[in-house]
Amino acid sequence: MGTMTIDGRKVEFTNEKNVLSVIRKAGINLPTLCYHSEVSTFGACRLCTVEDDRGRTFASCSEEPRDGMVIYTNTGRIKKYRRLIVELLLAAHCRDCTTCVKNGECVLQGLAARMNISTVRFENTRELRPLDTSSPALVRDPNKCILCGDCVRACEEIQGVGALGFAFRGTDAMVMPAFNKPIAETDCVNCGQCRVYCPTGAISIKTNMDEVWDALADPDTRVVAQVAPAVRVAVGDAFGLPAGRSVMGKIVTMLHRLGFDEVYDTTFSADLTIMEETKEFLERVGQGKNLPLLTSCCPAWVKFVHDQYPEFIPNISTCRSPQEMFSAVIKEHFKGYEKNQGKKTVVVSIMPCTAKKMEILRPDSVNNGERNTDVVLTTTELIRMIRTSGIDFAELPPESSDMPFGLGSGGGVIFGVTGGVTEAVLRRLVDKHDKESLDAIAQCGVRGEEGIKEFTVDYKGIPINVCVVSGLANARTVMERVKNGEANYQIIEVMACRQGCIMGGGQPVKPGARTKEERTRGLYNADSVMVIKKADENPTIAALYEGLLKGKEHELLHNTIPW
Amino acid sequence: MLSQSYYDKADEIIEQYGRKASSLIPIMQDIQGEYRYLPKELLTYVAKEIGVKEAKAYSVATFYENFSFEAKGKYIIKVCDGTACHVRKSTPILEALQKELGLSKKKHTTDDMMFTVETVSCLGACGLAPTLTVNDEVHPNMTPEKALALLDELRGGTV
Repeated sequence: MGTMTIDGRKVEFTNEKNVLSVIRKAGINLPTLCYHSEVSTFGACRLCTVEDDRGRTFASCSEEPRDGMVIYTNTGRIKKYRRLIVELLLAAHCRDCTTCVKNGECVLQGLAARMNISTVRFENTRELRPLDTSSPALVRDPNKCILCGDCVRACEEIQGVGALGFAFRGTDAMVMPAFNKPIAETDCVNCGQCRVYCPTGAISIKTNMDEVWDALADPDTRVVAQVAPAVRVAVGDAFGLPAGRSVMGKIVTMLHRLGFDEVYDTTFSADLTIMEETKEFLERVGQGKNLPLLTSCCPAWVKFVHDQYPEFIPNISTCRSPQEMFSAVIKEHFKGYEKNQGKKTVVVSIMPCTAKKMEILRPDSVNNGERNTDVVLTTTELIRMIRTSGIDFAELPPESSDMPFGLGSGGGVIFGVTGGVTEAVLRRLVDKHDKESLDAIAQCGVRGEEGIKEFTVDYKGIPINVCVVSGLANARTVMERVKNGEANYQIIEVMACRQGCIMGGGQPVKPGARTKEERTRGLYNADSVMVIKKADENPTIAALYEGLLKGKEHELLHNTIPW
Repeated sequence: MLSQSYYDKADEIIEQYGRKASSLIPIMQDIQGEYRYLPKELLTYVAKEIGVKEAKAYSVATFYENFSFEAKGKYIIKVCDGTACHVRKSTPILEALQKELGLSKKKHTTDDMMFTVETVSCLGACGLAPTLTVNDEVHPNMTPEKALALLDELRGGTV
């Protein structure tokens, strides 16, 4: 509590953890490269340096606010320092901006423009290093790394994986996995949070756009898209529409215009997941076996369990993820000669997630000797493809998804936010469909942005202890408690990314609490307007069980071997 | 692959310092003390045992010049290149040793694993500059000639 003077104006502060937050609250957007409120303060980039009334300069991110402080943020000296810092960073940077994957979104590039830097006086003495393309999801380009350490802290503190670290010191310092191993050989779960945090193009999504363009151009190929729930609330703002608003209808129109033959909605297979996972859960509760059930929708989490807690592999639900269930069903649907009309079917799944690119390569993501999902496009890549097409997205009229796999329930839509899977399972378990029952479920503790949520629900007299987790570091905390017998859950839902898929590693990067709020609200709103709220009320699901799935539930919807 | 005896030794050292993350540096030092280098496999092993991420342990090991992942020679010659030694011409001493042994900035150890030549930033013996150490024994007031004579002596097996 107190007051400080910033650039001659009195500013009150309460519990802000550093001077930087107070300055930003006062409406001055000090630049930073290494500061993120969600991870520890690093104080490396020095861009937030300010000056006090005694001429002392300090990094405002690393200083606690004190009553009576007098701060200047834009003195001549500070501006000169700030410019020099950016110039030095640029000097050691691979400056091929026009062909860089981050062109137009790069924080460093933005700062160079903001500081009006027109020349770089220093030579780049850094040796050119090879790219690490070993991962199916991410590309690491050490030549673009500015050593802010954001990826290191995101991986360690948010995800508890710690695949990246600093190596060497001084001018030799670099970010890399231990022994500079290819990232694919580490415990990396491909969640992509490093790429979300990276301000430059040093870590980026491994793109598969060309494969999709090729498939779209081939007349002998039927290109089928499935669009995940979290995608619909993260596309609009790239085209000037309000952030967080669901634009599923426009996405469907756009995909048709781009040449996709069929556009389906992954909420459909989220409903399938609910049917299968609920059944599996009740069986396990009945037998008292392999509890707690660990959800299997999130491939980053599934890999995390395999790498870190192999003793819990039997606890992972055998259900395929919604993506894999759907692709298996689509491939089965178009299998017969009648239906494929001599065409090859290519399934493109559009996901908020980089780890999905890894999931489709799992040995078990295969049926009839063919990979179920052919290509995963992240939301970010979808936006790039839309931009490439030149079609005015904002003005497109909406269309509904194609049948027979275009209909999903509200429970399927909220899969994209943490707690959504559990909420959908609870809806399935409750017989009643009225508003009060659904509201009661929504308020039982399943919603909310906390990283670890615990609550108990009653199912036919049996108390069920539920834990809902987002962020793998939180998952580690929970798993340690389970391992040591300190917690007793029957079901644990884990989404690797904080807040769930809406903040996935493949989503367009717009950091800030508002993004989360708006995307979360967008998905809950989309659920609110759905007529069908529960998976078991979805008539197309019932039809599928009677038709295509008959006798094939296990083959198409479940994993048989751990990876 | 390292033989099991390496892991047993690592276990012994870990037990000595306690199976905790904060013991990383003393454990690595003792392993290096034992084998004259820090085998990569043991870094990975120790990290796992004491609950430190491998990338973090690697970060620490590469930050300190003292840790080496490469096996070192029987005689480790550290040529001081601190300010005092440098101005009193330590560079020709280093170059003479490197030339004689066929070593360079990148290659520090002879193929026969007899000699390792490296520089250190200061040995704290500035009054004796230029100086070098052989397995921690200090040799003061060196010249390139004296350094080469020292090599001959070491090759003869007497220090």
